[in-house]
Amino acid sequence: MHKCPLMFKAVTVLIIAAMLFSSCGRNVEEKAENQIVVFNYGDYIDRDILKQFEKETGIKVVYEEFLTPEAMYTKYKNGTVKYDLICCSDYMIDKMIKEKEAREINYTAMEHIGNIGETYWKVSESFDGDRKYTVPYFWGTVGILYNTTMVDGVPGSWNDLWDAKYKNNIIMQNSVRDSFIPPLILDGCSINTTDEKSLRKALEALKRQKSLVQSYLVDEVRDDMVNEQAAMAVIYSGEASLATEYNEDLAYVVPKEGSNVWMDSWVIPEGAKNYNGAVKFLDFLCRTDIAEKNFEYVYYSTPNQSVLDNIDEEEKEEDTAIFPDENVLERCEMFTYLGPEAEELYNKLWKELKVVG
Amino acid sequence: MVNGIKKTAEKVYLVIILLLLYIPIALLVISSFNASERNKAVWGGFTFKAYAELIQDEIVMGALYNTLLLAGGASLIATILGTLVCIGMINMKKRSKSFIMGVTQIPLLNSDIVTGISLMLLFTRFADLSFVTMLVAHVTFIIPYVVLSVQPKVLQLNLSTYEAALDLGASHLYAMWKVIIPEIMPGILSGFLLAFTMSLDDFSVTYFTKAPGLNTMSTMINAEYRKGIQTEIYALSTIVFIIVLFVLFIINRRSEKAYKQREESGVAL
Repeated sequence: MHKCPLMFKAVTVLIIAAMLFSSCGRNVEEKAENQIVVFNYGDYIDRDILKQFEKETGIKVVYEEFLTPEAMYTKYKNGTVKYDLICCSDYMIDKMIKEKEAREINYTAMEHIGNIGETYWKVSESFDGDRKYTVPYFWGTVGILYNTTMVDGVPGSWNDLWDAKYKNNIIMQNSVRDSFIPPLILDGCSINTTDEKSLRKALEALKRQKSLVQSYLVDEVRDDMVNEQAAMAVIYSGEASLATEYNEDLAYVVPKEGSNVWMDSWVIPEGAKNYNGAVKFLDFLCRTDIAEKNFEYVYYSTPNQSVLDNIDEEEKEEDTAIFPDENVLERCEMFTYLGPEAEELYNKLWKELKVVG
Repeated sequence: MVNGIKKTAEKVYLVIILLLLYIPIALLVISSFNASERNKAVWGGFTFKAYAELIQDEIVMGALYNTLLLAGGASLIATILGTLVCIGMINMKKRSKSFIMGVTQIPLLNSDIVTGISLMLLFTRFADLSFVTMLVAHVTFIIPYVVLSVQPKVLQLNLSTYEAALDLGASHLYAMWKVIIPEIMPGILSGFLLAFTMSLDDFSVTYFTKAPGLNTMSTMINAEYRKGIQTEIYALSTIVFIIVLFVLFIINRRSEKAYKQREESGVAL
């Protein structure tokens, strides 16, 4: 028997060694001075803006996307990548600030920060109490999207979701906190309640509703409503606006009892390598022409007052999902981070709803 | 008569299975030509618009480029390494052989997400995530596929031919190159193609080991999913489906050919 030729052992070792070295050799860190790493929801910015920013400032933008706040948090916490800017939803930012993962933003260095309307700073206070850590990006509400040809009148109350007339014609959100919004509000509770008794009561209401519900969906809600698969659906305002664009019979309403308002904001996380670059980018996003361009692309409600002032009244009246009445915000509440125990309780109740019956 | 019924039943069964398998894909392909922008469930006429937009979309094309480069590079490296593993095992004792086989199969049996996370933890300790880390990660999890398809060929090897070459004055390297490699070439090729398709559609491992700002198709689609999938993605998926179909077709043609050859040579003997 022949031994395996030595040559080949050597080649194998060489190849492995080469691979190891090449992976160590690459060092991106040196470039940190002149680049920022931005982490945002998928498809949530006009990419041309990134190019324009690079052209104007010479700072390169490494742009990374995520699907859910939880996925973002996992990736961020692992510290694999040092992000300079993260855009995320209210409750996740709340969590990050509480865990001291956010750095104070030097607003005085931002020329255009004044464009953000006072109303939205106030709304942001529910997660950024000291107004130190965030810059509002886009916001919206949760409400009812309905088909005007299938529903009599306007379903102006959450109670309409319990109307037996619409049996098998109602779509609910397939996510824990969102689906508890209607029963909690109808019961006069806060949507951030951690009181087990109130939550149990809400669960009973949801169980009663279950026989009327056609399905619990997340991403398909919009498509199903556009395709006239159901009469009513609980939905986010941004999605609702898109849906009404595709199907003219659809309309959106925030029920009179109130609802959830959400806000996506930017934070500079601890460990950011290019703090000044990040602030520059935030300032750039607030600049009227840029914010306007970005708003046209994303088409969610913008907190940028100077952009809002430039939009004519007609457009505002046409799309009530994106441009709600002033008073809508007053009756809405923001989600806050409830802590692990309460989250577990919510999950437990939610499972009970999904499994039973 | 009964036989006839049985035959038709068999055929109907086969057709149903094939339909179930391919209707979703057919739907996707058809949707990629749908001109109706407002409502994807309604047919609005035939158009190549999605494909035209796809070619102009820098982000999507960038992701496609990364995917192909990654799959091509990783499967090339994995094929070389995997083949060397198989050749190296020829002269091993049974115990160490089965040990090596076991070790190489771990990434195959391990769930992708575990492989991905563990690689990520390793990489972040020693290097920044970059294209190279993605490449190494992909090589790691596709090597077993190469080993699996090369190993049977190596087992069929007639080592006497190799020894004969040595007796005739060939060096080890030359004999290996001229005798062993050509013998096991079909296995190497199908291993390469299999590794390529595995790398092409991987999500979990890529997701955890990718550098910021670098996207493959699967990670890009995942991120864009939040706002609904664009028709462009249908077009892209159609193209990928055709590539994979083509690759599979080649694999099958090759193995069929090899089978026939063996049959023929068997008859000749």
